[in-house]
Amino acid sequence: MKKIITITALVLCMVFAAIGCSAPAAQESSAAPSESASVEASASDAAEATASASEEASGEALSGTVAMSGSTSMEQVANALKEAFMAKNPDVSVDVQLGGSSVGLQDAESGKSDIGNASRELKDEESAALDGHTIAIDGIAVIVHPSNAAKEITSEDLVKVYTGEVTNWKDLGGDDQPIVVIGREASSGTRGAFEELLGIEDQCKYAQELNETGAVKTAVSSTPAAIGYVSLEALDDTVTALKVDGAEATEEAIKAGDYPLSRPFIMATKKGETLRPEVQAFLDFVMGADGQAVVADNKLITVS
Amino acid sequence: MNASMTIIGGRKSKTVLEQTMKGIFIACGAFAIVAVLVITIYMIYSGAPAMFTIGLKDFLFGTEWAPTAADPKFGILPMILTSLVGTGITILAGVPIALMAAVFVSEVAHKRIAGVVKPAIELLAGIPSVVYGLLGMIILVPQISKLEMLLYANDPTHTFTGGANLLSGIIVLTIMILPTVVNISITSLKAVPQEYKEASLAMGATKMQTIFKVQIPAAKSGIITGIVLGIGRALGEAMAIILVSGNVANMPALFSSVRFLTTGIVSEMSYASGLHREALFSIGLVLFIFIMVINVVLNTLLKKEAAANEK
Repeated sequence: MKKIITITALVLCMVFAAIGCSAPAAQESSAAPSESASVEASASDAAEATASASEEASGEALSGTVAMSGSTSMEQVANALKEAFMAKNPDVSVDVQLGGSSVGLQDAESGKSDIGNASRELKDEESAALDGHTIAIDGIAVIVHPSNAAKEITSEDLVKVYTGEVTNWKDLGGDDQPIVVIGREASSGTRGAFEELLGIEDQCKYAQELNETGAVKTAVSSTPAAIGYVSLEALDDTVTALKVDGAEATEEAIKAGDYPLSRPFIMATKKGETLRPEVQAFLDFVMGADGQAVVADNKLITVS
Repeated sequence: MNASMTIIGGRKSKTVLEQTMKGIFIACGAFAIVAVLVITIYMIYSGAPAMFTIGLKDFLFGTEWAPTAADPKFGILPMILTSLVGTGITILAGVPIALMAAVFVSEVAHKRIAGVVKPAIELLAGIPSVVYGLLGMIILVPQISKLEMLLYANDPTHTFTGGANLLSGIIVLTIMILPTVVNISITSLKAVPQEYKEASLAMGATKMQTIFKVQIPAAKSGIITGIVLGIGRALGEAMAIILVSGNVANMPALFSSVRFLTTGIVSEMSYASGLHREALFSIGLVLFIFIMVINVVLNTLLKKEAAANEK
């Protein structure tokens, strides 16, 4: 009995201690951001002071707005770049609008936004008016089980497989077994890019829709008749990447323009105009080491 | 400090202890209720708008789920039916096995064997569901794939799932609900008064007759509680079946790749935005309502039964 009471007393002490702690802790944590913000602010003040000191010669300090608009496929990487850039330059606000590649390029041309994001090559009339900066390359590998006899596929056949027209590996140079078509869930960027590049949006007949790159790899590596697609960065030994239209799925082939399942992510600016310093700084940041690290974090191929 | 807190220590400390403990109990009780209330309100708040934007009929009875298409479709009927059919078959297959296992452990088995089997079953209950899913994906799915190849060898219209289909999902779910149902059934079988069994045997009934005509009926309410928990687990499971059931929103068929209500939410939540995201919350609301209804209906039935027995 005495033991129980001792334990109860101990528990009570702990509870009270916890309650006692939690209140000031909450205050502390609520106070913390403002504190750190003020630290940051003073740090940036200092930075600005030095920056303005050094830039006084050239004229301006780094502040203002960078307006981007365009591709929804680039939403993730654009937002990640925005955050990384704004962490370094808190006085510059970067605005990311979505609306599609073509809209973004028009906006950049008309001056509505500083940068137009496009997840495709610029057309001739567009590149006449715009400077395209390729900031990253999105590549997709088509993967099969290592035991699969088929080692390459044409993009026409790939369309047929994913729309359910071709259903057996024997039609593609493999063994006589039905194809198990594996893909990603509806809102996946990889799926969006894959279907867009092949022109088969909303027409795919999947046997499995998995919600992670890793799950696609595991499913393909454990199903002999499977075909799937993953981001190029995710390739490993558990699966075999098919040659598409005769080109290996490698960064080199993509950069050489041979591999069809890839697309550039382009930030376009208006031709013949001197960019505002904050816009130029943003582009320099994106093309520099820090920006490209963000690009790599987003499972994209870097361009540097 | 201890001395002042003991009951012998005096009336004053005793009252203080009583009052504090009472306060703590009230706080804990309130915490549970507040959590349930907040969840309910939040589910309705975030799930209801999309349902009406899409249209209740299109949402609940639409057969096509294409949330990111140019002309988006948000029909969740395939998922609703998959969840219902999947859970139904799971219960039909799992409950008899679980009940027999419970009878075996509590009545038939030698004490030593029961001493090994019972902890083993209890251990099953503690395995994280994602482990069931992984094992299913690596061990079960390839076997089901072979079976599928065999059954549909001459059927060119069949979409081969590579073994990730409703059947695999049901098998994994059945194994998952076993420990829940078995453990509760064992407890309730053991709680049947020994006199019932003795009386039945004394009147000349065989051991099996006694088990099936006397002991199981006497333990009925406990067993049904186990089944209700099993239904809850099967209906609410996501991690295990997302790995083995294929996740394509097809109408349920044993060898079709299917998507349950739970996996529908899990698989698309990470990148969904706008109406699509809201629709996922609506699926959550539908699932929530299902589980509530099943709980309430079965509980009322159980209470009625108990009341009838008492009379």
